[in-house]
Formats: sequence, C-alpha cells, structure tokens
Amino acid sequence: MILKGRVRRLSVNDNINTDYVISGRYKFKIQDPKELAKHIFEDIAEDFSSKIKKGDFIVAGDNFGCGSSREQAPMAIKAAGVGAVIAKGFARIFYRNSFNIGLPLLECDTDSMSEGDSLEVNIEKGIIINKTQNVELHIKSIPYVMRKLLKDDGVIEHFKKHGGFKFET
Amino acid sequence: MGKGKTIAEKILSSHAKKDVRAGDIAICDVDFCLGQDGTSSIIIDSFRKLKAKRAFNKKKFSMIIDHSAPSPNLGVSAIHRKMRAFAKEIGVGLYDIGEGVCHQLVPEEGKVVCGDLVLGADSHTCTYGAINVLSTGVGSTDLAITVASGKNWFLVPETIKVVIDGRIPKGVYSKDIILHIINAFGADGCTYKSVEFTGKTIKELSVDARFTISNMAVEMGAKCGLMEADKKALDWVRRHSKRRPRPVSADKDARYAKVRRFDISRLAPQVAHPHTVDNVTDIQGAKNIKIDQAYLGTCTNGRLQDLRIAGKVLRKRKINKDVKFIVAPASKKIFLEAVKEGLITQLVNCGCTVLSPGCGPCVGTHCGVPADNEVVISTANRNFKGRMGNPKSFIYLASPATVAASALEGKIADPRKYL
Repeated sequence: MILKGRVRRLSVNDNINTDYVISGRYKFKIQDPKELAKHIFEDIAEDFSSKIKKGDFIVAGDNFGCGSSREQAPMAIKAAGVGAVIAKGFARIFYRNSFNIGLPLLECDTDSMSEGDSLEVNIEKGIIINKTQNVELHIKSIPYVMRKLLKDDGVIEHFKKHGGFKFET
Repeated sequence: MGKGKTIAEKILSSHAKKDVRAGDIAICDVDFCLGQDGTSSIIIDSFRKLKAKRAFNKKKFSMIIDHSAPSPNLGVSAIHRKMRAFAKEIGVGLYDIGEGVCHQLVPEEGKVVCGDLVLGADSHTCTYGAINVLSTGVGSTDLAITVASGKNWFLVPETIKVVIDGRIPKGVYSKDIILHIINAFGADGCTYKSVEFTGKTIKELSVDARFTISNMAVEMGAKCGLMEADKKALDWVRRHSKRRPRPVSADKDARYAKVRRFDISRLAPQVAHPHTVDNVTDIQGAKNIKIDQAYLGTCTNGRLQDLRIAGKVLRKRKINKDVKFIVAPASKKIFLEAVKEGLITQLVNCGCTVLSPGCGPCVGTHCGVPADNEVVISTANRNFKGRMGNPKSFIYLASPATVAASALEGKIADPRKYL
C-alpha cells in the first residue's frame, strides 16, 4: 500500500490525548463520523479540520492517542480524510482502535518532518520518503496481527471472513 | 531470568487455555464486559455490522448510563434511548441514570471477582485490578466482538513491578500516592505494560483506596494495574459477589521488565497541574492558586471513604463564597449510605451542590462546565485541556482532602491543618 500526502503538525507534539482528537463536547452527542470530523483537534488547533486535504498525514511525537478509549477519535480522523497517523509512539487503546477500523498508524522518528512536507509512504517496505526534504525514513515494523487486520479492512471484516480471529501465519 | 509467571501471564494463560508469556498473542475467553453511554452507541453499531444476534452470555455484558446522565441534550437522549432499546432486545443488563459510575457499579454489583479477565469500553476499566482482576479498556468495536463471541485477542504484556513501602503520613491518601507514581513514570512510562502494585503500603490501604490507585494506572499508559488478593480484598469481593474468587499471585521468580520502589513515608499531598496528569508537584508548589470550582466524585474518588474524608475536613465550616463545590457520589448505594451517615446533610449545609450518582462534570458535557479562565480543583483522573468542556479553563487534580480544604479557602490549600 502506497500513501501520498502532506505532513500536518499540531501545536502539541507529545501525549496528544483522545480528548484533544475529539472533545467530549461532541463525542457524546454526535453519532455521524463526518460531523465529528469537523471538530477534530479543535481544542488545540482552531480550524484544523477545515484545512485538511484528503490523504494528509497527522504527524506527532510520543504517546499519541493516550487517555480515553473513545473509538470516535480514530473514526473522526479517518472520516476527515487523513491517510495515516505518523508518530514516535502510540497509546495502546488508540492503537488497537485505529487498526480495528482500518486507519493505519506508523511508528517512526518524526522529529525531522515539518508542516506541509510531502510524503510518500510504502507500508509493505516500511519506508517513508520525505520528498520535500529528500530524506528516507524507516517505519518500525507493524506487528503481524495489525497487518492482518489492515489487510482484511478492519476487525469486523476479519472476524466475519474467518468466523473468528485467525492470526496464524 | 526467572521461569515464573506474573499475574498478567497467569490470568491470560488460564483464559487462553494454554501457556502464554509476555510478547505472545493470546485469544482468550472474557469473564465480563461493559460499555457506557459514551461508547455504547458504537458498540451497538459494530454488533450489528458483525451480524450478531445475541450476546455470548446475557449475564456477562452490561451497559451503564453514567457519563452524561441524566441527558443534557437531544443527541445524548437519542443515544440513551438506543442503549435502552438494545438492552431489551438482546436481554442484557442496563444500569440507567442515577445508578452510578460504571467502575464503582461493576465491582459493587459483584460482576467481577479475583482472577477474572474483563474488558470495558472505557479506559478506566483498569480500576478492578485492585481486586485482582485483569481488566482493561478497549474501544467499542473490540467490545462488540467480545459481546458477540465472548472472546478477544490480547498481546500478553510485560510487567512492571511497583513496590510501595512506608507508613502513610497524615493528610496523604492513595490519590497522592498514585499522582506521585505517575509523575515518576510519566504519561507513557508504562505503555502497554501490566503494572503490579505491591508493598506494605498497599496492604495498609482499604479496598476503596486501592481502587483509586488501579484506576489511574492508565494515566501512565498501563494496560492494567494489578494487586494481589489479600484477606481484605477477598473479604470485600465475597461481600459483594456470590461468584467464587480465584486469587492469582505472581511467582517469586516471575520475570519483570522493571522493578521500581517508592518510599512514601515523607510524601506530602500531591497536585497535578494543567494540562497533563504527570505534571505533578507537592502541595507547596500549588498553594494559593485561586480556584473557582471544586469537584469531589468520579470513578477515581467518589467512594464513601472519599466523602467521609471531605466531611472530616469541612466539619461545619462554610465553603468559600466564591467557590462552587460540586459533589457526585459514585453510586446509589454510596449516596444512600452517605445520607444515612448524615454526610449529605453536612455537605449541603457547608455549601456543596450534590449531584445524582454518575460521572458528573468530569467529561465535560454538563453539571459544572467551567467558564473561560476559571480554575477547577478536582478529584478526577484527567486534567486535559478542555476535559471539563472548556479548553480555556484550568484543571488541577488532588485528593478529596485537598479538594475540600481548597474549597474552604478559595485557593489550593494544604489539608493537613484541618485534620
């Protein structure tokens, strides 16, 4: 899978929690992911959602997605058209939730990436090419289970297709 | 390197019906699962997408309406109605408005016992680690799969052992201890790890106080925050559940990723400053910060013991005239017990506003949304920007005693002089 898009950075780098992704003000009353998508990152970056182009990458530091288990967080990111989240590390519930719904998360050293950089991501090869800076970066390999879930288009399709979990190689 | 097993390895092995170790993937049978009103709507949608028709076991799944209860708006009302209809349709338990916070209700109602494996569509599901339950938070779709099949997959976590020793100083509570530990590890210091809390101090604590510690394990990224079941824990579980507890201890030669020791004998009351839970100082570093609101409640500190501590600090004094002090007992049982003890009368006479049992203003949908630039001191577990509904407000976290003392003075205050 090859993904192309721009780097989008936020005012906060580390520990971006799921409250910041989608505030409780919205997630408790709105069920439509497209409506939720209009409010992502609102508390830390005003108007962020209106400036997202399809395929953009959210880029951050350590522990992205910590805090609340709300699946609305990856759902709203995906519904906003974001191609993948690239960070130095992810919190565990957000990590599962994202692959469960088919949003790829890529672990990589993100320090060199700047707002607006143009990236080309090759998930199979585990490589990110920063075309703006002409640099190649390596993605930490995605665990087998997660690759399997991505390939099956999320955990629901995986579960239906195999009549349960099927992770044996 | 030891050959023994940690608590997490043992519980996951017994539920996978095979021997698993840290790093393995295990498909396990789950003993109980739950959702709340912030997550159940997607649980229901995912359950439908799975084309499931029934719960794997009607007694092993409950939904709790606690996060925005009673409903503050039409959107939430629609979600509550959807939950009620779904519970009827598939015949599972539903705890409606006013029953309490999920993480108080689940153990209090005897749904979980020592040795269980539990999933909840709520990140603070790790609370039941205090009674030797491997419980952890997942998203709604993961939960829906468990509702339909009784199973889920687990990465067997490595374990960090946290040994807490020392006599607890006056005015210091389990909330102060866990804030101190989170400060030491940082918000991602235990990501994807199981934490075993052990040591003499844990044994001294009541089960109520232990829940506070396990509850906040997720604030340093942990999958679960487990404690061994001593007599106190077993008695507590037997008082609340008819099911047989199956206590699980770590082997002496179990393999730990890290062992960290804390001596809390000289610990002062702790305060987490905005906007992260690991931004902690002693009370001295927060003293005299003017507050507009105080909040006592939540799955962290809304238990009977917490209300009693606040009552002890307040006595018959009036809270500061510029402070709104909101109190929400964590369950109906706690509420009624507090009524019986005269605590509710006392708190109301001091100037507190008492809400019906539930999550109250913790998640920012109702019942105490702060205005711009307002400062809140709360017994909750999160102080993220916007958490209580306004990104322009500031949230400090502390123990019930510190929150009550601060409400009296109108500024963040050391509770020790009131005790």
